[in-house]
Amino acid sequence: MRQGVVPEAIAREPWGLILPLLALNTFGSVVLYSAAGGHLGPWALLHEIHFAVFLVMAFVISRIPRDLFKWAAIPVYIAIVVMLMLVEVVGAVKGGSQRWLDVGFMQLQPSELMKPTIVLALAKFFDVMPPGMTRTWRVLVPLAGIVGLPALLVMMQPDLGTGLSITVGAVVVIFMAGLPMWWFMGAGGAVLVAAPLAFFTLLHGYQRDRVLVFLNPESDPLGKGYHITQSKIAIGSGGFWGKGFGNGSQSHLDYLPESHTDFAFATMAEEWGLAGGIFVLAIFLWVFRWGLRVAQNAPDRFSGLLAAGMTFTIFFYMAINTMMVLGLAPVVGIPLPWISHGGSAMMTNMICVGTLMAVDRWNRRGSTLGT
Amino acid sequence: MFNEPKHVSTGTLRNSFERRAVLIGGLQAGLGVLLAVRMGWIGVVQNAKYETAAESNRVNLTLIPPRRGLILDRNNNPLAANRSDYRVDLIPERLVDTGGTIAELGKLLGLGPDKMLDLADRVDKSHRFQPVEVASGLEWDKFAAVSVRLPDLPGVIAQRGFSRSYPTGPSVGHLVGYVGPASAEDYEKDRNPLLITPGYKVGKDAIEKFYEPSLRGVAGARRTEVTATGKIVRDLDMREDIQGQSLRLTIDAGLQDFASRRIGLESAACVVIDCQDGGILALTSMPSFDPNAFVGGIGRLQWKMLNEDDHIPLLNKAVRGLYPPGSTMKPMASLALQIHGVVPDEIVSCPGGYRLGSRFFRCDAVHGAVDMRKAIEQSCNTYFWSMAHRVGYDAIAPVARTLGLGVEFDLPGVNQRYGTIPDAAWKMRRFKQEWTAADSLNASIGQGYVSVSPLQLAVMTARIATGKNLQPYLLYGKKPQPGPALPFTADMLGVTHEGMWRVVNGNGTARGSQLKLDSGIQMAGKTGTAQVRALVSRGHFGDWKGRDHALFVCYAPADAPRYAMAVVVEHGTFGARAAAPIAKDVLTYLFDPAKGWDSLLAMEKSWGGTPSQRMAAKYRSYASQYGATAPKVEADKAVTAALNRPEPSPTPIEAVLSEEESPPRDAPPQAAPSASPGSPVPAPNPSGAPVQP
Repeated sequence: MRQGVVPEAIAREPWGLILPLLALNTFGSVVLYSAAGGHLGPWALLHEIHFAVFLVMAFVISRIPRDLFKWAAIPVYIAIVVMLMLVEVVGAVKGGSQRWLDVGFMQLQPSELMKPTIVLALAKFFDVMPPGMTRTWRVLVPLAGIVGLPALLVMMQPDLGTGLSITVGAVVVIFMAGLPMWWFMGAGGAVLVAAPLAFFTLLHGYQRDRVLVFLNPESDPLGKGYHITQSKIAIGSGGFWGKGFGNGSQSHLDYLPESHTDFAFATMAEEWGLAGGIFVLAIFLWVFRWGLRVAQNAPDRFSGLLAAGMTFTIFFYMAINTMMVLGLAPVVGIPLPWISHGGSAMMTNMICVGTLMAVDRWNRRGSTLGT
Repeated sequence: MFNEPKHVSTGTLRNSFERRAVLIGGLQAGLGVLLAVRMGWIGVVQNAKYETAAESNRVNLTLIPPRRGLILDRNNNPLAANRSDYRVDLIPERLVDTGGTIAELGKLLGLGPDKMLDLADRVDKSHRFQPVEVASGLEWDKFAAVSVRLPDLPGVIAQRGFSRSYPTGPSVGHLVGYVGPASAEDYEKDRNPLLITPGYKVGKDAIEKFYEPSLRGVAGARRTEVTATGKIVRDLDMREDIQGQSLRLTIDAGLQDFASRRIGLESAACVVIDCQDGGILALTSMPSFDPNAFVGGIGRLQWKMLNEDDHIPLLNKAVRGLYPPGSTMKPMASLALQIHGVVPDEIVSCPGGYRLGSRFFRCDAVHGAVDMRKAIEQSCNTYFWSMAHRVGYDAIAPVARTLGLGVEFDLPGVNQRYGTIPDAAWKMRRFKQEWTAADSLNASIGQGYVSVSPLQLAVMTARIATGKNLQPYLLYGKKPQPGPALPFTADMLGVTHEGMWRVVNGNGTARGSQLKLDSGIQMAGKTGTAQVRALVSRGHFGDWKGRDHALFVCYAPADAPRYAMAVVVEHGTFGARAAAPIAKDVLTYLFDPAKGWDSLLAMEKSWGGTPSQRMAAKYRSYASQYGATAPKVEADKAVTAALNRPEPSPTPIEAVLSEEESPPRDAPPQAAPSASPGSPVPAPNPSGAPVQP
């Protein structure tokens, strides 16, 4: 492939990532086409356009030099935190909760941007931190600030799902940075203890309902448990090969809520069955393996942490969404990357992909140049 | 990993990174496997379960309530029919905003405050999943007004269906009963989904209730593909309902209606029996309720109106009203006397009363020399007292029972009370007292402990008229076996028939009610006037409740009996005045319908219209007077209880005959036969018990 008809510049691109993603996104468009009752509008075509636009953006990101990444990390982080605060202010002024800023040509959701940004900021933090500090407790203070501030801002919106997503992405970067294992185990234990307390004190009524319903969806099949119940029915009735393209009654007759966004996986599974599910899962696992491979091959600590964090951010989307639609996690509004329709999430994921591609470029240059 | 070196270098971090990347990779792969397994579990292992669930989501099975079997008269005219109509129901548990929805419906359908309250009551009372009728029999534009608003009114159902309708309304209320939505108890007993299908009704009383299983039919079903919001995407398939079996009765619908309406403003029962086979041609009790008005549930004002009426519309007087028969017992008594050797030509002298020991029982008039025929004709008590004293009442009572008095007939769907034909054994059992001669005298003229129903009187009359042991029946073509032959000879019957003929056509008590037909058909009959209370004065004036009951039994044509009839008018004073004219008009209708209608329609003008019109007028006045203040209707059970009240416990009053001390009074001219004066035996008065639950 390297030598031949394909020009070097094109052959050099990371097709091992782009082609699977293209396949995944096209499959997503097929699902959305069916969910729209056999129409390209309103979702399928736009889904492809989103992908195309953000793929260009990813290529642009992949060309950004490492030094620029490092240099921009802190300013970008601060900018997004300020935007999160602005959202709070605007929300307070307008009354009610708000998650986005109207910037004229589009609605900007800073909490989405915070997901890759927190990874970038932490990678930068560990890059400049002396290795000796890694296992001292003093490291925790700045970390708590860097992660806690945006996470709390997002949770206050209130957007528990994104807040958790930011936190988990950050924790994984910190974990990869080599902090002592027993801290994480201890923290995990503490979460197990604190979760019930948080459940009764911190969560909003509707959030608590979602958790309760997740624990027992059949308790209120027409009310709060409706989403999970209908999603399981859609997936369960698909069987191994599915009902066939365009034949999903659950999505077509509106029993499945959010059939083109959060529950697009269920829409897919109803028509394509377990076979379609395995195809989607396989592509995701391929993408994650590709991402981790990039992280392992990274020439330095910053690039490695960046790649691992970005991979995990995508993974977290996918994990929470699929677990939710399969009834393994409470209903949180997190879409499935490249399958669910939605511009914001697509942008976030493509930023992650662009960053992965950038690290991949640094890896290859590093190996070719022998640094 | 737990014993990591204290000194951390870039190298150790690099190693740690490598190991932890493997860990994260493992985690991701593990989750992937978990998800695949989970998906396989749901989609492949439990596939059948979820496929069923998806299918039951997709397909909506709508039951189509079966059309109810018709109830027909002997000529296949409908007594109860089904009318295609537009209706609106609501299902309380599907309402999002109960108050708002009801208010909106009220506005769309133009319901008055009384109807709104009734609707709220029904919603209140129903099981949450049971449909509640909002309105039926709607005009198209009102129905359409609701239909287009359906998307904003979750839980409201507008559909085309069939409603039960009773063409002659109140005339058949007691006979046929009524239908209504299945009660919560019904559904608990029989978890048939049909019972909670909007628009489905079950029989609640009488024939409608008893023959429910055969009238019900088989529900149809429609399978449609529906969206989550209930929008029908397309019809999948459909099964037609199977209409319930029709039920044909011996009733003559025209006669039933005529007799009911002829009762007019009185509280009365009229029973007509076919003398050829015992078929019941009319079984009326008025005033009545309009079963059409009960179909959607009984409203507050309706209920208040029915309960406050002292004419007790909720009592089927024809089979559940018990009255002292008074002198209508005399033809029966004449047969009993003949069986026990009394020669009809024997003369008894009536000096205006009868002396028993130291007591004197006063007759209505001084009849002079009286034989059996004249005793019937003039309703001479003295004759029957003296003869009853001779043979003893225990000789008369069995004949009374043979003729159907005090007997419950085999009439499915007709809830009867059978009253009392007393005898010595009965009195001992009931009151632990010896039977006295005075009891015999009282009983022989149908007073004292004797109480019978109008149906029994009609059967008695039919048996006397034909000499056959006719069994009354109601299902057309299901004629029962006749009972054992009656023990009367043609001569005995001839004497009684002649006496009854003379009552109407001779110098008797019902001369004023002779039939005036072109065909020259004559009737034979017997009047009766029964005391309801111990009175100082005769009970033909004063308050309505204290007046005597008026009775009349008759058959026609007198020479070849075709119809036998009993009419009982509660508190109607004299039998000749209140009851006989009704019988005369009903017979006139039977032989010359046009003539009958002419006179009835003229009368109805002075009464304020047909019973339905009068009830509607009364409802309007109640609505303006009480508006929405009437108390709530009790559950179905209360209605059933009101319609089928238990027999009141017998009045344990000793039958004491007062001695004749007061100065004799003049009998009224055209004196109707009556009880012995001063006989202080209040009849078990069915109208005495309050209807209020």
